[in-house]
Amino acid sequence: MRHRVFGAALLAALGVVPLVTSSEFWLTFFLMALLFALLGQSWNVLGGYGGQFSFGHALFFGLGAYATGILQVRHGVPAWPAAIAAVAIAAAVGAAVGALVFRYRLRGSYFALVTLAFAEVARILAASFDYTGSGFGILIALAPGAGNFQFADRRVFYWLAWALVCLGCLVALWLERSRFGARLIAIRENEAAAQALGIDPLRTKTLALALSGGIAGVAGVLYMQIFLFADSHIAFGPTMSVEALLAPIIGGLGTAFGPLLGAILLHALGEVARHATGGAPGLSLVLYGVLLIVMLRFLPDGIAGLARRRARG
Amino acid sequence: MLEAEGIVKRFGGLVAVAGASLRVEAGEIVALIGPNGAGKTTLFSIVSGFETPDEGSVRFDGSELAGLPPHAIAARGLVRTFQIVQPFAGLSVRENIAVGAHLHEASRRRALAAAEEVAARVGLADRLDEPAQALTIAGRKRLELARALATRPKLLLLDEVMAGLNPTEIDAIVAVVRAIRDGGVTILLIEHVMEAVTRLAERVYVLSQGRIIAQGPPASVIADPAVIEAYLGHGAAARLEGASHA
Repeated sequence: MRHRVFGAALLAALGVVPLVTSSEFWLTFFLMALLFALLGQSWNVLGGYGGQFSFGHALFFGLGAYATGILQVRHGVPAWPAAIAAVAIAAAVGAAVGALVFRYRLRGSYFALVTLAFAEVARILAASFDYTGSGFGILIALAPGAGNFQFADRRVFYWLAWALVCLGCLVALWLERSRFGARLIAIRENEAAAQALGIDPLRTKTLALALSGGIAGVAGVLYMQIFLFADSHIAFGPTMSVEALLAPIIGGLGTAFGPLLGAILLHALGEVARHATGGAPGLSLVLYGVLLIVMLRFLPDGIAGLARRRARG
Repeated sequence: MLEAEGIVKRFGGLVAVAGASLRVEAGEIVALIGPNGAGKTTLFSIVSGFETPDEGSVRFDGSELAGLPPHAIAARGLVRTFQIVQPFAGLSVRENIAVGAHLHEASRRRALAAAEEVAARVGLADRLDEPAQALTIAGRKRLELARALATRPKLLLLDEVMAGLNPTEIDAIVAVVRAIRDGGVTILLIEHVMEAVTRLAERVYVLSQGRIIAQGPPASVIADPAVIEAYLGHGAAARLEGASHA
């Protein structure tokens, strides 16, 4: 309960950031944290509520980014319809992957490995064809204008990301209060018992993966529109998959605001580390690894779990 | 209501169920007993769709069940519990039972209300907000029962809901099970606690080495020499007979 109040207050505070600071640095910092909070929420829907730990969420993020980019650049589709189509594609691929992987009852580390394999295949394919920009990536021409989903004023992107994170939290809260969410959580807790009570695990997990993939797709689209560029490594690389799972695990699995808490903490630490070391490449991953170990040792339920424990104690 | 015919199930070279058949009529309480390893739980798993039989058919309300997945069978009104209790450990008692209620109830609010009602029927009303993992064994058995009951089943398959309970707790559960049947739910139960079997069941099937070796009212089944031998070994019935005459 208390972490929810805290999370909602944090979300409200984030909403007014552009009003209190005009610093480009802080705006970008929080924008990126929000973007990864959204990606983390996507992972949380499947991993936190459904107990299915994906190691390849970059697949859906990358599909969102690449699909919207390719539709605009190669097929001249206007930016907004392209964005919607890209999210639909990410959700559809989520459903297809789910139907395939869950039908063969892959769970735990097998599920993680297969999702990683899917993301890696997508990364290699994206780097192999001219249609997908091969080694260079996808670059959307700069053409500021609301109709092009490009905003010269970074605050617009900021509020858009903020609104989407709010929506993501609402999806998570809906899971906590709906039949679909109850079924998903039941499968996480005990799949055989859930089946005995009439829950179809294949259908429920596949729907969850479609929902999760769609949300990751939204994050990918937003990333693409902000930077107007993505290459196969950024979009489909393992770093993105790790970003997706770290925020909810550190913030609190299966909690509505956990991914947001985790994303803010991660990006604050990442920023500090970058300043302290002069930006050695790959250092953020080392730091994330250490943080993950420390968190799992001392705070297995994440930051939200800490708030819950305090509230009980 | 339930007709299992000639069920065979092999695990590799082991024949767990070797052509067992049983029937349950609407409104009955039927017990399935037998020594450890007789194949009782396997038979339950086949009827409820968790295992597919190698041979035989399972008909429920006139339609074939074999080959249907467990959730589809549960949706038709045949719901099992597990011998080794399987609570949703991270959830409260209320949330656990609500998962069952959601089978026929889309609204969260009404499912939670139904959970309260069912909890009262099995004696968990004062435990609703406790986490499931905080319950004692007796409490978990009740929870297992409550969750299944919340799905509004026509036929309940209870797998050893009394194992590990003390006599007072068994008395309580016997009353609960009888009340469930009086509420219109047919019951097939696996049970080792013979006292509970004789008090509850109208008919008993005895399974031994995958075969039904006896059936009938509890009193006659318990006296059946074949049953005594299944439990105590070959020649035991004669020795007991001799001992009682001596």
